Amino acid sequence: MRRVLWILAAAVAVALPFLVPKSFYLQIIASAYITAIAVYGLNVILGYTGLLNLGHAAFFGIGAYAVALLQTKAGWPFWPALLAGCVASVVLGALVGMVSLRTRGNYFAIFTAAVGVMIAIVFTNWQDLTGGNIGIVNIPPPPPIGSLTFDGDVPKYYLVLAALALTILICVLVRNSLIGRTFVAIADNEDLARATGVNVARVRLTAFMLSTFLAGLAGGMFAMYNGNLGPDQTGLDITFEQLLYLVIGGIGTIAGPLVGTLVLVEISQQLQGVEQYRFLIFGPMLVLLVRFFPLGIVGGFNRLTARWVRP
Amino acid sequence: MHLFFQELLNGLVVGSLYALVALGLALIYGTMQVPNFAHGHLYMLGAYVAFFGVTVAHIGYWPAMLLAIVVLALVGILLERLVFRPLSNAPEVNTIIAAVGVLFFLQTLAQVWFGGDYRVFPSPYDRVVHFAGLVATQQQLIIIVAAAVLMIALFWFLKRTLTGATIEAVAQNRAGAALVGIDTNRVSMMVFAISAGLAAAAATLIASISLISPSMGFTVILKAFAIIVLGGMGSVPGAIIGAYILAFAESFAGTYISSNYQDAIAFGVLVLILTFKPTGLFAKGT
Repeated sequence: MRRVLWILAAAVAVALPFLVPKSFYLQIIASAYITAIAVYGLNVILGYTGLLNLGHAAFFGIGAYAVALLQTKAGWPFWPALLAGCVASVVLGALVGMVSLRTRGNYFAIFTAAVGVMIAIVFTNWQDLTGGNIGIVNIPPPPPIGSLTFDGDVPKYYLVLAALALTILICVLVRNSLIGRTFVAIADNEDLARATGVNVARVRLTAFMLSTFLAGLAGGMFAMYNGNLGPDQTGLDITFEQLLYLVIGGIGTIAGPLVGTLVLVEISQQLQGVEQYRFLIFGPMLVLLVRFFPLGIVGGFNRLTARWVRP
Repeated sequence: MHLFFQELLNGLVVGSLYALVALGLALIYGTMQVPNFAHGHLYMLGAYVAFFGVTVAHIGYWPAMLLAIVVLALVGILLERLVFRPLSNAPEVNTIIAAVGVLFFLQTLAQVWFGGDYRVFPSPYDRVVHFAGLVATQQQLIIIVAAAVLMIALFWFLKRTLTGATIEAVAQNRAGAALVGIDTNRVSMMVFAISAGLAAAAATLIASISLISPSMGFTVILKAFAIIVLGGMGSVPGAIIGAYILAFAESFAGTYISSNYQDAIAFGVLVLILTFKPTGLFAKGT
């Protein structure tokens, strides 16, 4: 049944540009997909290994700034710039991970928060490179591949959708692989995992790098889709927002990041006019969720259906 | 050399404020192992309470500070009771997530009620004082003295009163404290009240030399975390020493290196410490 739901969702996503005539709505959904990619990254590290990376948005920023700068300053085309953005994010992720993963629990969260804020401070203050608070504008659209052009809402939507599909595919493959099971084994019981011969440090680092890769990919997509970029996209509050989406969707589930992001973006849309006050509801909701419903929407759904559907 | 002493004085002012904020955070962490990411937003709320006390209710500076302390102590109790106590057996990450929820709520509440603009808090003590060639405002001197008085009062309370001793007992061993008949829940509530009250006092003190806004809690909270990691998570004297060290480092780096990256120092220090000592300086046990 879950497979049927996935196919249905994919069909709706592909048909969406033909279903909604307003390009405004398409833009909102595409932006939600981009956020969802970053939330998948957060899910890899928090959901699979139980570590909360509060610097996640900074890695999103590394990908985004790399893509934006390589195109506007170095004149690279989009595709190699996107690749370089993801690589930059992963390399930095590896460096930060090697150090931060020696800490545990609260220390890890505080450490990564500090790294994230430092990176955001650099984005704000290195004005010659990053344009300071104004950021970077006029990032060109991707060059056409053959007769396929990427200038316009619909092709960009499909490009973002493809990145999201790739992200989900990676997460499913990882989840079902030996390494994915090792992630979960460590989250459940670190000592037991170590006793069975798992190299805990290396496995954690792998998860962290995968997580920062997805953050970088999302950042690159953000720069491409919006055509402009500022340091406010990389702050601690953005990480907090992604965390909110993840908790509501369901930590550690495959569909959770997408469901949480889409549901909250949709609710925010319904609150037009009072949208900036949405956290008056979302804040207490987060508190209530971790207390009474830590599984989130998808986790709850899985538990409900687990009784009569074998996964 | 003159510039050096002037920066020393500025560092002392900023350090006093950091100490009051970090102290509250350390107190909560020490007794409940809760990293209260919403602490900076309690500080922000305190600044607004005092601001409206002075500008709208016209009750004067010191009564406004008292009002802010009382109101925030109540908010602290409410938070402990409604948010953190029910999560005391949940995974660490859940506590952080709940704190993030509280932080979002408080920041938006401030934006709705007070507007997003920066506001100027009028200080009744804005005369400039010259002393041995150094320049300071009266407010800056008041900050140094008031912070010292509050810290001494807190130490006296923790070390010389029975109620204070219960806090120390819970910090040392929660189960043991409960066994000898200490009401640990009451201690947790008390700690949250003191912590939020100190944040309100710090906010009232600083508000009159800088601007207040709904987002003023964000930088403060991260610096406070840097400080308590520096001072050993949960250690009260450590938090005070850490606060002054960080403030001096920022003050001198701002003058002699670059003021753009002044705010990054705290995080640089934090990253360095945790790089070489993943459990923090002066950590108790493991």
